[in-house]
Amino acid sequence: MIELQGLTKRYGDKLAVDGLTCTVRPGIVTGFLGPNGAGKSTTMRMMLDLDNPTAGTVLIDGKHYRQLRDPLRAVGALLDAKAMHGGRSAYNHLLCLAQSNGIPDSRVREVLDTVGLTSVARKRSKGFSLGMGQRLGIAGALLGDPRILMFDEPVNGLDPEGIHWIRNLMKNLAAQGRTVFVSSHLMSEMALTADHLVVIGQGRLLADTSMADFIARNSRSYVRLRSPEHERLLDVLAGAGVTPVTTVDGTLEVDGTDAARLGELAARHQIVLHELSPQQASLEEAFMQLTAGSVEYHAHSSPGPDPAPGRPVPAAGQGPGDPPPGAGWGADRRKKGS
Amino acid sequence: MTAPQPPQQPAFAQAPQPGQPGMPPQQQWTGPAAPYVYVSPIPVRKANLGDALRSEWTKIRSVRSTLWTLGVMLVLILGIGLLAAGVVSGTDTELDSDASPLGLGFFGVLLSTICVMTLGVLTISSEFGTGLIRTTLTACPDRARVLTAKAIVFFLLTFVLTLVATTLVAMFDSAMLADQWDGEFTGAAYFKATVGVSLFIATLGLVALAVGALLRHSAGAITVMLGVVLLPLVVAMFMFGESLEKVRKALFEYSIPNQLAVFYGTDASEAASGPTGWEPLWIVLVVAALALGGAYTSLVKRDA
Repeated sequence: MIELQGLTKRYGDKLAVDGLTCTVRPGIVTGFLGPNGAGKSTTMRMMLDLDNPTAGTVLIDGKHYRQLRDPLRAVGALLDAKAMHGGRSAYNHLLCLAQSNGIPDSRVREVLDTVGLTSVARKRSKGFSLGMGQRLGIAGALLGDPRILMFDEPVNGLDPEGIHWIRNLMKNLAAQGRTVFVSSHLMSEMALTADHLVVIGQGRLLADTSMADFIARNSRSYVRLRSPEHERLLDVLAGAGVTPVTTVDGTLEVDGTDAARLGELAARHQIVLHELSPQQASLEEAFMQLTAGSVEYHAHSSPGPDPAPGRPVPAAGQGPGDPPPGAGWGADRRKKGS
Repeated sequence: MTAPQPPQQPAFAQAPQPGQPGMPPQQQWTGPAAPYVYVSPIPVRKANLGDALRSEWTKIRSVRSTLWTLGVMLVLILGIGLLAAGVVSGTDTELDSDASPLGLGFFGVLLSTICVMTLGVLTISSEFGTGLIRTTLTACPDRARVLTAKAIVFFLLTFVLTLVATTLVAMFDSAMLADQWDGEFTGAAYFKATVGVSLFIATLGLVALAVGALLRHSAGAITVMLGVVLLPLVVAMFMFGESLEKVRKALFEYSIPNQLAVFYGTDASEAASGPTGWEPLWIVLVVAALALGGAYTSLVKRDA
């Protein structure tokens, strides 16, 4: 159990983390989501007492991190895959960590085996790939068999097999009753692993919700219709009590009616359809919409062919309720008529 | 050196495999939001300074920079010390009565300070450079304990190695040159040229370690330490004029090379001004205490 209470971090006149209050519960995987520069890593460093908060506190099982009697047994953390001395072997890296907490040496071999690095245990970590570095970092986090695990962007640099492995690892760790807190900037990744979501943007809490709720609320499913007899189709749909939405390119989007019924309706009235396809708005889009106003580093759209030139460039710091089209995370979001 | 845990304790549960044998039965998959909190099967023991010392010992012995710096240090002290004695004994020179053969160890030790200071700086600044310090402090949030353990391990390691090397040099040099010197070998002179020098060098290394902790940058801290050793001499050399004579003299007498030379000087040698006897050791101890005090404050207060 981790409790954040009004956690704030200020660098100069820039607020990196702004009054963050939330609770990370045991037994589930909690995803910590936000675009680059949202304050995820700063928050995690403050949780581990590496950085001093400007205001607010973090309680780990009711205690401040510095008061923990058994830090590695209580919390295992992977912050940065490259945070190790390149000249030290994987075994020795883990050994000095284990020794600092009185953990028996045999545990080092166990975690090396768990992450699959036994064969390179005596190699210097300088030659490790990013993926191997991540595995070694994860081994360090597992070393103390801790109640709480924190991973900062753990899938970075892992191959598909590695990503699959860490997803299962996190789920299993949570299933054992541990608290698992994992940061990511990829909604799609979190959708597969997390049970609960904490979303931040520019240091502020944007959402604190269960994954199921987030999906139910944000994954809009609809049917897309395209027909050369546009007006007739509109009439028929209106007659059947269906209210379609016309998009800019002339296709129709229908919420709440399944594709089969719409197809039958068109057939009964002998309307030619060029497209009849069920669609699902992705969670990634929902996430981008949520954080669009709080994106730290805006990528300006390329000067290449832009389907809708002349869109206003939104000012940074625009409220999340008003997602600006055509910039940052929202740049490639499809323009909808709704 | 073994962890004080009963040997029959159950092994750690393999973390990612729930429900394996040896785990308490309540730790089975029950879906999300399990109502219990995971409890590791092994008992928890409060970590202490001994654990931190063992950890730092593993760290310092498991990187090549330690091997290199200390290896070069030994080669310099032994090589130059014995070479100087060999050259002198090859000639028929009679040594002055107040220039003990022990003094021939001086040049090797002086050069070896570069190695000791480099290692002192690297002991802590390499952790900042790689980001390992965050892992270290996560494992041991008591930052004062981390710095204390580092300082103790580094100090003991350099002291013991310097002591071995200087003792060997003192023994061989005095044996080789006993015929060419009409002075007396006193126990006090021996003690100063071995234990005294080693304490001085290891403490100087502690200053370097503290500077490394303050600056958190290897190259910067090593440069600062080289400046501390060389600058007073260089500045003194270029100080002309009557009015600066006192400053010039003080810079020269309190420069690290001259303070080191005091340990090799016979007690009779010019004691008009400047440090004498064991004074250089007290001076460097005070400097190290101040620098370490600053390092403690900085490490505890600043973000890692």
